[in-house]
Amino acid sequence: MSDVVEKTLTALPSLLSLDSQPGSTKLSSTSKLGSLIRGITELTSKHEEEKLIQRELVSIKEQVSSPNTSMRQMKDLMVRAIYCEMLGYEASFSYIHAIKLAQQGTALEKRVGYLAVSLFLNESHELLLLLVNTVLKDLQSTNLIEVCMALTVVSQIFPKDMIPAILPLVEEKLNHPKEIIRRKAVLALYKFYLIAPNQVQHIHSKFRLALCDRDPGVMTASLHIYLQMIQENPEGYKDLTTSFVTILKQVVGGKLPMDFNYRSVPAPWLQIQLLRILSLLGKNDQSTSEIMYEVLDESLQRAEMNHNITYAILYECVKCIYTIHPKSELLEKAAKCIGNFVLSPKMNLKYLGLKALTYVVQQDPKLALQHQMTIIECLDHYDLLIKRETLELLFRITNAQNVTVIVEKMLEFLSTSKDDYTTTDLVGKVAELAEKYAPDNEWFIETMNTVFSVGGDTMQPDIPNNFLKLLCEGFDSVEEDRKLRLFAVDSYVSLLQGKPGNLPQRFLQVISWVLGEYSHLREELDPATVMRLLVKLLERKQTSSETKSYVLMAMTKLCRSGEGVSIAQEVSESYSSSMDTVLRQRAHELQHLSHNLELRTRVLLPGEAGLEPLEVDSSLSFLDGFVSEALAAGAAPYKPPHQRQEELAQAKALSLEPYSLALPISMSSCSITDRQSPTLLSMSSGLSGDSTDLSHKGGSTTLKLDGVKRVWGKEGYLAQREPIEEAQIEVPSPLRSPIQQTETGNSHSPSPAPTQSPEHEPEKQQLASSLFVGLSSQSSVCLMGKSEPMPQRFRKKAKGQSSTSAPTSNSLISLPSTVDHLLCTNLLEKTPELSEVHAAANGTCDVEAALVSHEDSNTPQDLCLSSHLPAELSELFHSEISPLCSTQSLHLSACYVQKEDSLILVIFITNSSDFAVHDVHVDLDSEQLEVSCASDSPVKEVRGCCVAVCQYSLTVKRPSAHVTVAGMVSHQLHIETPQTAQFSYELPLTSFVRPLKVSTEEYGRMWLDFTHDTKQNLTLINDGEEPLTDTLTVLKKKLQLHIVEIIGMEGIVACRLLPDQPCLMHCRLHAGSLAVWMRSSLPDLPDCLMYHCQRSLTEH
Amino acid sequence: MTMQFMLLFSRQGKLRLQKWYVPLSDKEKKKITRELVQTVLARKPKMCSFLEWRDLKIVYKRYASLYFCCAIEDQDNELITLEIIHRYVELLDKYFGSVCELDIIFNFEKAYFILDEFLLGGEAQETSKKNVLKAIEQADLLQEDAKEAETPRSVLEEIGLT
Repeated sequence: MSDVVEKTLTALPSLLSLDSQPGSTKLSSTSKLGSLIRGITELTSKHEEEKLIQRELVSIKEQVSSPNTSMRQMKDLMVRAIYCEMLGYEASFSYIHAIKLAQQGTALEKRVGYLAVSLFLNESHELLLLLVNTVLKDLQSTNLIEVCMALTVVSQIFPKDMIPAILPLVEEKLNHPKEIIRRKAVLALYKFYLIAPNQVQHIHSKFRLALCDRDPGVMTASLHIYLQMIQENPEGYKDLTTSFVTILKQVVGGKLPMDFNYRSVPAPWLQIQLLRILSLLGKNDQSTSEIMYEVLDESLQRAEMNHNITYAILYECVKCIYTIHPKSELLEKAAKCIGNFVLSPKMNLKYLGLKALTYVVQQDPKLALQHQMTIIECLDHYDLLIKRETLELLFRITNAQNVTVIVEKMLEFLSTSKDDYTTTDLVGKVAELAEKYAPDNEWFIETMNTVFSVGGDTMQPDIPNNFLKLLCEGFDSVEEDRKLRLFAVDSYVSLLQGKPGNLPQRFLQVISWVLGEYSHLREELDPATVMRLLVKLLERKQTSSETKSYVLMAMTKLCRSGEGVSIAQEVSESYSSSMDTVLRQRAHELQHLSHNLELRTRVLLPGEAGLEPLEVDSSLSFLDGFVSEALAAGAAPYKPPHQRQEELAQAKALSLEPYSLALPISMSSCSITDRQSPTLLSMSSGLSGDSTDLSHKGGSTTLKLDGVKRVWGKEGYLAQREPIEEAQIEVPSPLRSPIQQTETGNSHSPSPAPTQSPEHEPEKQQLASSLFVGLSSQSSVCLMGKSEPMPQRFRKKAKGQSSTSAPTSNSLISLPSTVDHLLCTNLLEKTPELSEVHAAANGTCDVEAALVSHEDSNTPQDLCLSSHLPAELSELFHSEISPLCSTQSLHLSACYVQKEDSLILVIFITNSSDFAVHDVHVDLDSEQLEVSCASDSPVKEVRGCCVAVCQYSLTVKRPSAHVTVAGMVSHQLHIETPQTAQFSYELPLTSFVRPLKVSTEEYGRMWLDFTHDTKQNLTLINDGEEPLTDTLTVLKKKLQLHIVEIIGMEGIVACRLLPDQPCLMHCRLHAGSLAVWMRSSLPDLPDCLMYHCQRSLTEH
Repeated sequence: MTMQFMLLFSRQGKLRLQKWYVPLSDKEKKKITRELVQTVLARKPKMCSFLEWRDLKIVYKRYASLYFCCAIEDQDNELITLEIIHRYVELLDKYFGSVCELDIIFNFEKAYFILDEFLLGGEAQETSKKNVLKAIEQADLLQEDAKEAETPRSVLEEIGLT
């Protein structure tokens, strides 16, 4: 039909101007649309275009309303109307005709009619109701094309309330012999599910049929529904996991017809859909996750890195792997994938890599470390999107140590960003970080100042509210509170003395409130000075009336005496006739107060001294009578605002609000609303007599608000512990040995060697070290390069030694964590367990010291006790016998014996009295240890002046540098009442360590299997010719390790924790110290052993 | 991976096709279109094909003189959206026979039909190229025949059924 049409991509205007051109003549001659388009293209100004289109629209309008216009002509008219609408001109007169066309036209006219309807109208348009009958008719048509059209249009727009009318017909189509009809029916049902889920609840079983449809297209369509349903309720569809896995397996295996391939990848859209479903199903569910490991692995392998489409699948796969229950093997592969993305020169992939990193970084902070240099580069990227995503990533890894640098970067970005949405979002994040991690008062106030001035009036109201609440609530230390408030006051006074005109209203409100509340703290500051500054604000034209009311309230708090009062009188005078009722109210209050000295002394002065919380009847019980009367009189019962809003939303046809601003997650916890701003609260306390209506709104000046995270505590800011800090982080070691690289090559070979590459500028490294400081204690060492590891280590050691006497001076104390593997000294300087750890460590030293002295005095007893050791143990090494506890007649002592395959705790019970002691019970209990009785029969009775021996076999449940057994002994002496005593006994973890004799090959195999690891640089024993051998020998002797092999600069060592938990150690000489890398299958074990290694070497 | 909307516009910023999968007022649509056309045209070729816009992610790609631009949600997969655009271009290409901007300008309703056959309600409806084109051709066949003569309806149905 069509001739060869000359097609030029760029020369559109010239092409159109030549009438002889075959393409354009054909197009323009066949339709009026052609001439319209041609006409428009020839025009030169927007104005001319407007005139032409208006003319066109008038002509269309005339024709569509003419009764003589045939449906065929109507079709052309509709196309032209659509075109005009696309150009931005309204043609609403044609809407009704579009519906008519769909109703009355023949199939092909119908098609245009439906198209016009779907383009012109949206779901809530009233005219859509007129379409229902047409759709109903077409669904019943015997013409497949008409059925298709009807289904297409209902999948796009259909009035929600009319769904029941056509639902049975659509449902019926699920059994249609033609797959295209089934597919469209499924999608129509999906649409119904989205807009009115209750209406399609009864056909869930039919969805399953669609899922099992023999046509892959229908099955794919059904996945949309499943994805949606599983998102809402993953628990309900766990049984389908196997089916989804099977489908994915088949797809990945290429079992679908070839025409589903896209760039020779089998059905990528389907794969991605399935991967999403799987990640939803496997989230927090180990057993379900296990079903999918295999197919995920296969997906990863099949997707070769060569084209966008495979990257898309890989990205989804990686996301899935990080969402479901983790499997180390898959995680490693996924991490490698992310690495490839991040390092890719293609911008799109780099962006996705960053996005993926942002997604996984909380679980796997070491990944961010691996790519730190790339991240730093992306921070200065010319593409804002990449920059923005990098900031997002940094936001996730912020901790107390890198907060200043990261916030600085964010503020830098903010100063260049012009997009309101980004500004609002970032400002919220900065505020969140500042509240969580602020290192000191000045920084906090200054950062918040920037937040307020940049965030302006678009920021979330929670930010100023939270800030004021923080100031107002304070923390437990009065002195700190005072300092912070003082600093805020100083800073605001100087801001107001500068150019307050540029400051946003919200900021001015904050300033007014703070000055009103706290400027009295600065004693040398005359309230009148502050008042004058505030007056200036009032005089500014730009100041909004809300701000003015804040200012007036601040003045109310400030007018105490002298000049302040006269200023207040002046101001209140001028505002007492204001048109704004709120302002007038405030002005009158101020006026009243300023004229009444007695009231001033009564109201203002106690506020300063006492601030005792008011008793507030929050249930408003005093209104009960009023309420019941009102109800009896027929008033509607009260509904809370959220319920009202919900109902309002339901009343609307559609509640899809795609462009509403998303709240930053962290802010949602805040419970203050605008109306209950602290200002009103303090007003109510200050002027409770005058404004009772306010007093019940929020309570007292102490602002008892629940559900708000406490970020400040006694010692200052309570740094929230990031999960990152707890995680043991593996730092990529770029200079790994060849042996190791073959061993671990699969997992880490792509990791870059950022630190050692000489081309990186020192500033970048500096930046890196400041950005990633909290992620791994090792990172800084690693980042500083070879030159400077010493000071770092020295600092650590010094800290470790000095902290014995001095309680921690660190201001960043956070909540104690349950994780007790922090004994690793490299974490000491920032962990909350600091004092605890040292106490423990020193405790042991003290015990040992005490033991020595005991030994001196008690040598005879010790000797005599050790003779009581059972014969089978007496040959073996036993620890010093230390006393446990005593009762009136019994003395308990204990020691442990290291057998090859177990550890035996021996408790000696010495009866010093002359009488037999009955009913002796020894109970042992430990959180970290498994205790079982090793003696044949438990001791019941100890005769006078005798020693009884109990044996217990111990194994480690949860490794910790030192493990303790707590116990209790109870007994009866003669006829006396029962006696009890408690004791505890501490053992070093090393007593449970035995050499593990493995070959190098076995070692290599095991190394790959283990997931828990730690790395640290240890002191090298450098007094001999062969430092490595010497050091390892010392460790071997002290810790009972097995040296597997020493090759040149490296040594590999193995040991096991009783009964059979292997721990592998890889040591390498590096820059004058011993770089140790430990791995084990048991969490915490590497850290604890590392601690002991370090101790033994330091002691040596 | 619901798409929010799709826009096609020329290098000169002229809108060629618009498909909205979320209900919005005309005013909003116009505002969004204006802002996005401006932003996308200002992007440099080396930059990545995505951009953040309000709370949405915009994925765009330029084919000759035409920009294809889709809006998705943040958790959606940008790369697969890029390929959706590409698949759509492939479909257009196959249908028109090496497609150019002119085809889309003069036959934009056809371009809409193809889009509706490929994406329905913002979701990929049919990913098999063959099936999409078959559906379009069947409907077109109907159109061609109807043009020839006012054929009796039963014959149309016959054709439709095959």
